[in-house]
Parts: sequence; C-alpha cells; structure tokens
Amino acid sequence: MSTGAVGRAYPRLEGPAKVTGTARYAVEYPVDGVTYGWAVPSAVVRGRITRIDTTEALASPGVLAVVHHGNAPRMAPGPQPELRLLQEPAVHYRGQYVAVVVATSLEAAREGARLVRIDYDTGPHSTVLTDDHPGLYKPDQVNPSYPTDTAEGDFDAGYAAAPVRVDVTYRTPAYHNNPMEPHATTAQWHDGQLLVQDSTQGATPVRATLAELFELPPESIRVVAEHVGGGFGSKGYAKASVVLAALAARHVDRPVKLALTRQQLFGPVGYRTPTIQRVRLAADTDGRLTAICHDAISQTSTIREFAEQTAVYTRSMYAAPHRRTTHRLVRLDVPTPFWMRAPGECPGAYALESAVDELAIALGMDPVELRIRNDTDVDPDQGRPFTSRNLVACLREGAQRFGWAGRDPSPRSRRDGRWLIGTGVAGSSYPARARPSTATATARPDGTFLVQINATDIGTGARTAIWQVAADALGVPPERVEIRIGDSALPTAPLAGGSMGTASWSWAVIRAAQTLREKLRDGGPPTGEVTAEADTTEEVGGQPAVPRYAYGAQFIEVRVDADTGEVRLNRMLGVFAAGRVVNPTTARSQLIGGMTMGLSMALHEEGLLDERYGDWVNHDLATYHITGCADVESIEAYWLDERDDELNPAGVKGVGEIGIVGAAAAVANAVHHATGVRIRELPIRLDKLIGVSGLA
Amino acid sequence: MQGGPENATTIDERHSSRVTVEVNGASREVALDNRTTLLDALREHLDLTGAKKGCDHGQCGSCTVLLDGRRVKSCLVFAVTVDGRSVVTVEGLAGPDELSPLQAAFIAHDAFQCGYCTPGQLCSARGMLDEVSRGWPSAVTGDLNTPVELTDAEIRERMAGNLCRCAAYPHIVAAVRETAASS
Repeated sequence: MSTGAVGRAYPRLEGPAKVTGTARYAVEYPVDGVTYGWAVPSAVVRGRITRIDTTEALASPGVLAVVHHGNAPRMAPGPQPELRLLQEPAVHYRGQYVAVVVATSLEAAREGARLVRIDYDTGPHSTVLTDDHPGLYKPDQVNPSYPTDTAEGDFDAGYAAAPVRVDVTYRTPAYHNNPMEPHATTAQWHDGQLLVQDSTQGATPVRATLAELFELPPESIRVVAEHVGGGFGSKGYAKASVVLAALAARHVDRPVKLALTRQQLFGPVGYRTPTIQRVRLAADTDGRLTAICHDAISQTSTIREFAEQTAVYTRSMYAAPHRRTTHRLVRLDVPTPFWMRAPGECPGAYALESAVDELAIALGMDPVELRIRNDTDVDPDQGRPFTSRNLVACLREGAQRFGWAGRDPSPRSRRDGRWLIGTGVAGSSYPARARPSTATATARPDGTFLVQINATDIGTGARTAIWQVAADALGVPPERVEIRIGDSALPTAPLAGGSMGTASWSWAVIRAAQTLREKLRDGGPPTGEVTAEADTTEEVGGQPAVPRYAYGAQFIEVRVDADTGEVRLNRMLGVFAAGRVVNPTTARSQLIGGMTMGLSMALHEEGLLDERYGDWVNHDLATYHITGCADVESIEAYWLDERDDELNPAGVKGVGEIGIVGAAAAVANAVHHATGVRIRELPIRLDKLIGVSGLA
Repeated sequence: MQGGPENATTIDERHSSRVTVEVNGASREVALDNRTTLLDALREHLDLTGAKKGCDHGQCGSCTVLLDGRRVKSCLVFAVTVDGRSVVTVEGLAGPDELSPLQAAFIAHDAFQCGYCTPGQLCSARGMLDEVSRGWPSAVTGDLNTPVELTDAEIRERMAGNLCRCAAYPHIVAAVRETAASS
C-alpha cells in the first residue's frame, strides 16, 4: 500500500528552522569554554619552513597557542597526504595551512595569526596549465575509476575520410565551489573521544578519515552535520577545517571552533581544474557522426593525483563507429583540484556540446535535429542498451516549450535595438548510480515511526525526500514518520554526492521499512519499540553493470549588447529525464540551481591565477563573480514522467548535477547565434566580445 | 607551546567597551572587545547565530540585519558603534506564535536550499520592502517622480547584494513579490 507521499510537493522539513535562524550550522553550537582557531596559510608556493617565530603571537592578549609542524599532535601517515597538516615543514602550494592560532576570542585569534612570523626556503614553481607543459603524463585512471583512454574503430582514418569535420579546442578556467557556508568545524575531545560538528557532505567518511589520521577506533569519534550550508562537491570528504580543529583542540585541550575564511577557500579545499579540451567530430553529409575524439588536459597537485574525468561524457553521449578519448595531466605546484558539481561531465559537456553546435553549423543542420539523428539506444562505450534514454524526448519537449521551431539559424539574425538576440541548445547527461547504505526503521507503540540514517542534507532536500520515501515504504502518512539524519552515530550511509544520495539512502530506508513491516505482521501490534535494520551492500554490489543515465536538454536565449559586448540571459529552459521525482518542489530547486551554476560558469566565474605568486588573485566574492539575483531573469526546469525499473527501489536517478551539465555550452552556442562570434575560452565576458570587429 | 595564564584572560578594559543595544526588542548589555563586529557580537556573545558569516567582507550579504530599521551588513559594522541603537535579526522577524508573511512565503516558494544565505535574504528583503514603501529608487527605476512599482526587475536589482550559491533567486523573487502584493 502506498500513501502516495512520493511525488507530492512537500515544503522542506527544516524550512521553519532555516527561516527563523534556529537551524544550527557547524560553528553555531554553544560550547562551554570554547576557543577559536584561525588558520595561517603559507605565503610561498614551494619550499620549506625554516623558522616559525611565535613570540609576538603568543604575547598577544588572548592567544593560547600557535600550533605548527614543530609542536602539533602527530597524525598517522595514510592515503590522504594533503590532510596530514602541520606535520612537516614542507610547503607544496601557496595557501597550504602551516599553522593554527588558538585564542579565547575570534579577534585575538585573527590578530595572533597576523603576528606569526614564518621564514621559508623557496624553490622554483610551476602553477599554470598549458597544452605543451613538459610535465604532461597519462594517469592510470580518472576520477573515480574510469579508464584513462578509450578507443573504438579507427578514429584517424574515420576522421580523415569524412566529408564534414570540426577540429576545435576549448578552454575552461579554474572554478571555485564557494558554498555560502565556509568549511567550518567545532571540535572537542573528552577522555580520548572526539566530537566534531562539521560542515561536510558526509559525516561517515569524515569519521573514517579522522579515525585513520588520529589512529582511533571509529566508535570513538562522532561527526555531526545536521545542517550544512552547501558543498557542491567541495565538502565531499574530510577537509582541512576538521583536521585543523581537531589538532588544535587536542593541543590546547579545549573545544575549538575553526572556520576557514572566504579567501582560504579558493584552493586548499578543492576547486574545478582548468581544462584544455580538443574535440574533433566528423560526420557524413546527412549529419551522422562517423568519428569522435575528445582529448582532455587538466591539472593536479604534487601531493595527490586527482584526474578529472573530462572526456568520459563523450564516451556515452553520441554514437559513431570511430571514437577515441584521452586524458592527460600535469602535476603543478597547486592545491589538489577536487569535485565540483558534475566533475568531468560538466566541463566535458561544455566542450562536446559546443562542438556539436559547430558541426551543426558546418552541416547547415538544426542542432536539435543533429542531436536526435545521433541518438543511440546502446551505450557506445559499454555496448549494452541503456536502461532508459530519453534524450530525444527531452530535446523535443524542450524545443516545443521554448519555441525553437522556425529559428533562423543565421548568426545575428535577430536584433532588438542595440541588443543582438540569440538562442542555443545543448544536450545533457549524468550517470545514475547508487552506493551501499544502512538504515533503521523503528515502530513505536503510539503508532509513529522513527527512521534513522546518516544521510546529509546540504540543501538538496534529502531530509524531506527520505521522509517521503519512508512513509510510502512503511505504508503510513508521513506525519507519523520522524526522520533523523546528519550524525555519524546514526546508521552508516554514503555521502551526499555524485547525484546518488537519494538513490542510495532511500534504498536502505525502503529495505528497513519492508523488514519492519514483516516483523510487525508476524508479531502483531507492538507493545514496545520494534526496530528493523537494513544493509544494502550485497544488493547494490550485486546489481548488473548496465548503463544508467539521466538526460536533459537545455535551451537558452541571450542578448548581447552590440556596443559593449555585455551578455545577458533572457531565458533558460531545461527539460530533464531523471527517473522518478520524489519531491517536485525540491527537485525543481536543485535543477534550477544546477542550471544557474552553469550560467555562472559560462558568463561570470573565473579563477585568475598569477604565476608569480602561484595563487588566484581574485579569491573573494567581490572579484570572483558568481551569478547573482539580477542575472537570472527567467529560468524554468521541467521533467518527463520517466519510469525505469532497473535503477533502485525508489526509481530515482538523482537531480543534483544534471542541471549544470550542458548549460554552459547552451549559453556559448546562444552567444554565437546572437553575434556570430565563437568564444572557445570560458567565461564569455564582454572583453572577449568587445574587441571583435564589427560587433556593432 | 601555550601562552602564560595572563594571556588567557580576556582583553583589558582599555580595549573593550560595554555596549547596550536593543536586539529584537530586548535590551542587551555586553562587554566587547572593541574589534568585535556586530556580526560576531550577535553570533559569539548573544547566541544569535541566525546572521551568517559567509565572507566577513561585506561581499555576500549573508550577515544582513536591520539596524534602526535599515539593512546593513553586520560584518562591516563595529559593535561599539551600535550602542543605544536597535537591531533586528532573523530571529526577530517572526511573531510570537507564527512566522511573518515573508518567512512563510520563503517556505512556500522554496526560496532557499542550504539555508545559509536565508537569514540575510530575509532581513534584506524586509529592509528592501520598507525602502520601496518610502519611494527610494534603485538603479533600474525608470521614472523618479512617480511611486516605485515593485516589478520583478526591481526585486532582482534590490536583492542583488545577497548571494545564493544554491541559486534560489527566482523563488526568492517570487516570495518577495507575493509578500509585497499581500501587504
């Protein structure tokens, strides 16, 4: 029996707490005797600390300690070298945290941080990614575990033989996640037990990392993440704030609150790598793709390898007999890049979906029609049928809603006063995956139920979605269900990331609910509490390896000022096929959020690195522009009613990332349509358009 | 290692001030380091953590509160300068038993996701609606001689100082529009 909670638009459960300011984030818990930590970043790029003079800092009123490699508690070596902070004098990138000042107030800690004197021996550094960097190499695999290169058929021969070809190179800059809540932690030790409130996408993995670093059994550590102010990938695993706070709290034997500053978030907690992407497409004169090649270059650090899977999108999106993808990396003296909303798919789709637009122009063919013509039911990469693929349906419905029909394909064919108007389209896809999880469901004698799982709600609406799923699985009205998430003391669950949170968590919750109902049926009405547990490890692991993807189509209209080159969004419309939608309200918000971040990527964001200092100079929210309220005039997200029984018990594909995929390409394609100018280096800002002769 | 016990004491009297300020209708008196911002006074000394620290540089708007009825970025205001003045934070927007229409509209329109910028958005919207009612123009106001019509373009412009990385912007605009229309 289903009560039908899934699919209904519920307001998010924590809404009242969030609009009254009572929802507590990581450094907002009242703690007796709390102290404040302030991280001190390295002022050099590559080198070695030769001396730390803490005299002045320690003499400053309120300062309790300066924790650094010379006095910090020791941590175990392990697979996460960049988290072994304050353990050695080596500096691997500018901004690496080299000390923490702990004081009785925020003001004293900040002043103390200013007074720490550090001398370094420095060496030469390399921090700029180029396509001819001598350090280019082929990694063993790309994030998370895809093959580095793939090849099918004979790309070179197929490409050479084709009548219509494009060979284009696109560049994307470093992008910085910038969740509104910085990475922040409250840490306290009591009798060898560590309690942290952390701003993280996954309390379970944070606990595992802390256990490893501090050589403690996981049961000795509790990680709470009840409310998290966004992450977008940058809080996917334990980051510096939690390690520094735990180290500092142990050192001073008092609770420590430590929030990184906005400026300190532009590297050391991860960012989207810059990319250089060459895409070659060949087609017959009917527009059928015959050869596809995507060569992607990105950067990693000297400490750890992170290989963005930029070209993976191209492996499964469109069919062609001759295909090749490659990834090459350079180790630079930079912080390690990491996940940012749809790592791989997002920058990769920008390049491929832009190149498809360029091919459509070369063919004299409508770009929607070109995509439809190259659709495929079989994954070109795996050679197996997709469980469901509704790209074409998204394109058709999007075209209809947007009013694409009758579009004059000629660039600069529409003008409204000084504004040049253009429209663009792009496809979108993102894998639908799930991870093992555990959960418990408890029946109480009063007829209510408690569902517990260490899921994390970073703003996605996860708490509400799981609650709806649980109610249906228990067969009761949702008002009788209480949900607890965001605490490692709850049943272990995977992080919020990779668009697999709801799929993974709801799987375990449904199984726990089913088991509970069987127990209740067998045992009659409960006199006390009855609890059922579920662990989906075997079931998820036993799933057949078939290609599962969400799809989408993005349509955009821009206007470009013919005099200044200013680009403005007129409207943005996306149609997605993402399996079952648990909560239309929160799903729409996620899709719109992803699309807007794609707009931001296309027009506004750019990390500007100065090679002399080896750091991004625009490391704040005044100079690193993100899309603001005045930039979004009209944005709409729709979805198809899609059923796919080969996904997971809830039938969901995830909506956190699909919205950003392809969005930047649709913007770039629209700008080209408006102006006749193809900008292949993001972001598309007026300085790149204003210099083009004859724009006006 | 650790500083001496004399360092563990709080700042001395020469560098601190007693500040009396009305917060959400109640008079509060607190001794503060002169360097303390209004934002940190609220969060660290008055346990009013609704106002958020997103950048500490007046660039994101998450810390917006109402000071004597006008919206300010509390991270840019020294607490010692608000002695004798009145502050309203997000904790003070609701009535004793129910949410304000603006807060209810934010929930109804899903005008937030992670919620971290939300207190600033709410205080900013509250202050902005008051500015409009006083006839203050914005950069997109056309005719300065007629009352301001609160179009979506006006709302977007007037709310542009409050960043939302989750990008709930269209829903924020809808919530503000509905609140303005019903008041």
